[in-house]
Amino acid sequence: MGSKTATEAQKYVWEGAIPLQIHLHESEVTTLPPPSPALILAPRIGYLPLLVPQIKPFFSSTLPPGSDTVWFEYQGLPLKWYIPTGVLYDLLCAEPERPWNLTVHFRGYPGNILTPCEGEDSVKWSFINSLKEAAYIVNGNCKNVMNMSQSDQSELWRSVLNGNLEAYIRVSSKLKLGLGGDDFSIKLNTSSLKYRQSAADAEASATIKAGRIPVRLYVRRVNEDFDDVEDAPLVDNWDKVSYINRPVEIHDNGKCFTLGDAVKALLPELFPDKSLPNDSMSLPQVEDGEGSALEEASDTGSARSPEDTGESVRECQDSCSLSETADVKLIRIQGIEPKLEIPFAWVVNNLMNPEHFLHISVYVRVQEPITV
Amino acid sequence: MTTLSNQGKIDISCWDGTISQHEFHTAASAFAERWNKFNAALPQCSWVARPKSPYLSSTSKESCGGGDDKEGEEELSCSRFQEDDFIDGATMLQNHDDASHHYDFHVVYNASYRVPVLYFRAYCSDGRTLVLDDVEKSIPAISAKLLMLSKWTFITQEDHPYLNCPWYTLHPCGTSEWMKMLFSYEPAVDHGGVAVAKYLVSWFSVAGQVFGLKIPFEMLSSIGN
Repeated sequence: MGSKTATEAQKYVWEGAIPLQIHLHESEVTTLPPPSPALILAPRIGYLPLLVPQIKPFFSSTLPPGSDTVWFEYQGLPLKWYIPTGVLYDLLCAEPERPWNLTVHFRGYPGNILTPCEGEDSVKWSFINSLKEAAYIVNGNCKNVMNMSQSDQSELWRSVLNGNLEAYIRVSSKLKLGLGGDDFSIKLNTSSLKYRQSAADAEASATIKAGRIPVRLYVRRVNEDFDDVEDAPLVDNWDKVSYINRPVEIHDNGKCFTLGDAVKALLPELFPDKSLPNDSMSLPQVEDGEGSALEEASDTGSARSPEDTGESVRECQDSCSLSETADVKLIRIQGIEPKLEIPFAWVVNNLMNPEHFLHISVYVRVQEPITV
Repeated sequence: MTTLSNQGKIDISCWDGTISQHEFHTAASAFAERWNKFNAALPQCSWVARPKSPYLSSTSKESCGGGDDKEGEEELSCSRFQEDDFIDGATMLQNHDDASHHYDFHVVYNASYRVPVLYFRAYCSDGRTLVLDDVEKSIPAISAKLLMLSKWTFITQEDHPYLNCPWYTLHPCGTSEWMKMLFSYEPAVDHGGVAVAKYLVSWFSVAGQVFGLKIPFEMLSSIGN
C-alpha cells in the first residue's frame, strides 16, 4: 500500500468480518447437555487459529483430558490454517453461509493432512514468511523485511491481530512494497465529496510501474454444472482445489492492465484465443536465443502485448472467452466479485491482504469428456 | 531478474542466482539424465509432469504426458531412498526398531523465488511418516550439516505444492545467494557464462549435503561448458 492514509476500500477490507458458529466435534464432548456453539466474528484478514483464545472458554469444561492440538473443519474438510479466514470462506462457501458453521477439534490433529500449528507463533511465522516472499517478488530480495526492527515487526503483527489499519500502514509503508498508484482511484475520487480521501489517492498518482505482483490463486474445480452458485457441490478434498502461488508480471507498456488480464496471465489455458489453431497454443520449438522472450512469458504467466514477441502469442481479449471444456463461473476477492475491467493496480492496492498478497478464488466448471 | 544469454548459458557477471521455469526444465533434465547414469546404485530420478491445469483433468495426480502440458508444472522425483544410501563415510547406524526408513525427494520450481526447492518425506516400511527428530536421529550427519547450512537454509514443514499434504522442505529464501556464490567459483569459459544445465547439479551438491548425498565427480564434469 503506497499511500500513507487508508483508502475507503482498504478500510472496508480490514473491517470485513465473517460471523462464525463454531461447534465442538461430538467426539470431544464429554458432558451432557453438549455445549452450545460459540458465536464469533472472525476478521477476514485474520486466521482461524488466532480465534482459539476466544473459542476455548466455550468448551474447556467439556473437553476430554489431554493437551490441545486445535484444528478446524468445514463439512469434513480440515481447514488449512495458513490461509486467511476470508479466503477460506470465499473459496469453500459458494453461497455465503451466515453464520458460517465450522467444527473445531482440540484433539487428534491430522498431521498427514495439515502442517503443524502451535497457535499464534506458527501463524505469525507463516505471516512474516509470506511477507518476505512478497518482498522478494516485488524487490528481488527480502532485505527490507529481514531488517525490520523488533519493535516494528511486533507492531506490524499486532496491527494485524487487532485489525488496526492505521497502525499497519504506519509500519508497512516503511517497507516500500507499494507498486505505485493507479489512475482509477483518482478518477473515482474526483467526484467524491470527501476531500481527504481524494488527497490520499492523489498521492498515489504515478502510473503502475513494471514488476512482479504477489498473487495466490485458488482454483476450485466443479464437475457438475450449476445455475445458482449455491448449488455447487462441497469441497470434500483439497485435491479439488488447485493452489497457484505464482506472481503476475506487469510490463510498462502504457496499456492499462486489468484484473481480467491478470487472471488470464495466471490461467492462460482457460482463455484460449480462438483465432489461433490448437498447435500454436503450446510453446513453439525455438532456438535458445529466440526463445528467451517466450520463455519469460511462460515462466511468470505475464501478459505481453503483441509487439513484444516475435511469434504470435495469445492476445489479451477484453472479455472472458471460454474454452470448450472449462469455464470460469466465479472470481471472488475479499468477498466481492470485481468487474474484470477494473485496473489490476487498483485491485491489488485496495484488496490485498496484510502480507501483501492478493488472494483470488476462482470457480471453474469442468465438463467431463464424453467417453465412448 | 536473471540474464539469459543466448546459448542456454548464464552470464554470471550480473546474475542474481535465480533461473526461469524454462531454465529449470533444462537443468533438471540434465540432472536427471546424469543422476541416473552415474548413480546406478541409488534410486533413479524421474520427471513427474504435473498437469499445468490439474483442474482440467479428472485425476489431478496422474502424470500428463506431451501435448499442451509439456512446459507446465513439473518436478523431479527420486523415491525410495533408504538410510544406507546416505552413508557419509561413517558406519551405518541401525535405527531403533530395525524397520528401514525410506525417503522420497522431489525438486520443484518455485516461481516466487525463481529457484528449485527440495521437498522430502521420510517414512517407515509400514507407511508411517517419520518426524524430523527421528530423521535427525537416524542420520546424525544431518544435524551437523544442518548447522553448517543453517545460515543458508532451514527445514520447515509445508504443503507440497501438488500433493496437497505436508512434506519437509528446505526453505528457498537463501538459495539464490549460495547459487551465485557457487557459480562464482566456476572457471569462466570461452563462450562466456556457465551452462544452465549445470545449475541443478551444483544446487544439489549443496542441498543434498543435508542428507550426506554426494554428487559423483563424473556428474559435474560431464556437463560440457
